[in-house]
Amino acid sequence: MSKRIEAKNVDIYYSKFKAVEDVNMVIEPRAVTAFIGPSGCGKTTFLRTLNRMHEVIPGAYVDGRIDLDGEDLYGPGVDPVNVRRKVGMVFQRPNPFPTMSIKENVLAGLRLNNKSAGTSEQDEIAEKALRGANLWEEVKNRLDLPGSGLSGGQQQRLCIARAIAMSPEVLLMDEPCSALDPISTLAIEDLIQELKATYTIVIVTHNMQQAARVSDTTAFFNIAGTGQPGKLIEMDSTEKIFSTPTVKATEDYITGRFG
Amino acid sequence: MNKQVQAPHERAAHSDLIPAKPRVGDKVFTGLSTGSGVAILVILAAVAAFLLLRALPALTASADDIAAGGYTSNLAWLDGFWGWVLPLAFGTIWAALGALALAVPVSIGIALFISHYAPRRLAQTLGYVIDLLAAVPSVVYGLWGFFVLAPALGGLHRWLTTYLGWFPLFSGQASGTGRTIFTASIVLAVMILPIITSLCREVFLQTPKLHEEASLALGATRWEMIRMAVFPFARAGIVSAIMLGLGRALGETMAVAMILSGQNRISFEVLTAQNPNTIAANIALSFPEAYDLKINQLIASGLVLFIITLAVNMFARWIVSRRAAFSGAN
Repeated sequence: MSKRIEAKNVDIYYSKFKAVEDVNMVIEPRAVTAFIGPSGCGKTTFLRTLNRMHEVIPGAYVDGRIDLDGEDLYGPGVDPVNVRRKVGMVFQRPNPFPTMSIKENVLAGLRLNNKSAGTSEQDEIAEKALRGANLWEEVKNRLDLPGSGLSGGQQQRLCIARAIAMSPEVLLMDEPCSALDPISTLAIEDLIQELKATYTIVIVTHNMQQAARVSDTTAFFNIAGTGQPGKLIEMDSTEKIFSTPTVKATEDYITGRFG
Repeated sequence: MNKQVQAPHERAAHSDLIPAKPRVGDKVFTGLSTGSGVAILVILAAVAAFLLLRALPALTASADDIAAGGYTSNLAWLDGFWGWVLPLAFGTIWAALGALALAVPVSIGIALFISHYAPRRLAQTLGYVIDLLAAVPSVVYGLWGFFVLAPALGGLHRWLTTYLGWFPLFSGQASGTGRTIFTASIVLAVMILPIITSLCREVFLQTPKLHEEASLALGATRWEMIRMAVFPFARAGIVSAIMLGLGRALGETMAVAMILSGQNRISFEVLTAQNPNTIAANIALSFPEAYDLKINQLIASGLVLFIITLAVNMFARWIVSRRAAFSGAN
């Protein structure tokens, strides 16, 4: 279920512009890894290379190697569609499909994979995913109503349910709480703690308290100046990063001196 | 500075602060938009009233009156005005449906190509070319259909009736000239293609990136992403585009009048020399020679076209509103 990610010499480009330079890191399975850093430092860009969503943008490409349990995601002949089915993603703003019901939303990814799943099997998977996302009790009586009728926090949990219904190896979260109120944020953070027992979780966050609360490992990205590529400055256990970082820039950032 | 620290009761005393000042821009805009809304209703009512008044003599005339001084029915089972207008209404809808059947898949295909497949520069050029098609006057399409397309399609007509004659639409004796409802539908299809394509393209481009990425991140291929995120989002827009195209096809006059030589009959065969005529083309062709009751009959057929178009639009509205809760508008 849960796999280890290893990035080697990863450079990320938007056409000619090099957005991220020379990232080397290991992301451990069954743990939460947080990416922090100032805006524009490339943490979201790097996250999106982990499921090959980066190249969706015209002209964007990646140089280097990213292994998922030893298998190169950017190897020749690797279909990005298959990568994305193994590596789920939750976006910054909740994005359930407005034209689908709650249940259809949860099963959307499954329909792409396995069109032959029976009705009872589908019901089972939907319930399991919604329970996994702590949403079942709130929506079990209105599974056929549109997903866009839920609150923002519920919609985000619906998106998490949609991602975990696919039983991915890895779950990527791009600032999943930035559009949510504190109570919904807490609900999602609790959920992340539960999910890490099963999945490799990578989360981008602007909120340093959040990184400190939910993650086991923290990676700090920084940028030298506008037009310069972002770089991975330091990566270590969250405890270490927030107590005794080795690099001055990390300390300045987490203590709020800049960013 | 002083004003800002005044106590509330003091501020209330300033009468010019409390009642909202009428804003000129607001007033002008409200007047303009309300005026436009009212104007279109008045114009529509005037057209409807004209059609009704002038059509009334034909609608109330007995079958004998029509037989004596008007266009007569070609139908064995229905005489009088309705026997005359029914084949025309049929021909109008039949030609328009044929045009839609040909134009809709192509239009949606082109629109998707422009919005989601083509490289940006090619997409822009293609967009301009398509919009240019909409600017060609319908007489030109008629001439092209008459002189170029109809003769060119003669062979296809013979081939279809010979080898696919078992299919009811293609049965019968092939027309020698190619001036059939089939050819007319193709010309109509080319005419409505730009309008459907342009509208669909605009709607497809409006699909939120967020939803497209959501489906891609679930492992959708490009085509699956289009089916999952683009089409459902664009549904109402596609229906509107089709209805606009249908409206144009129903009302198209010159192109059809030049291509078809209609016989005012009901026939589903699209390749024979005996073709139904359309309401608009028939009015254009017959009006110069019409008098008395015949004029009333032509105007009454116009009223029938008006009602058909209205019904089509109401049907479209109903389709769009059926799943309003799932439209993403909330």
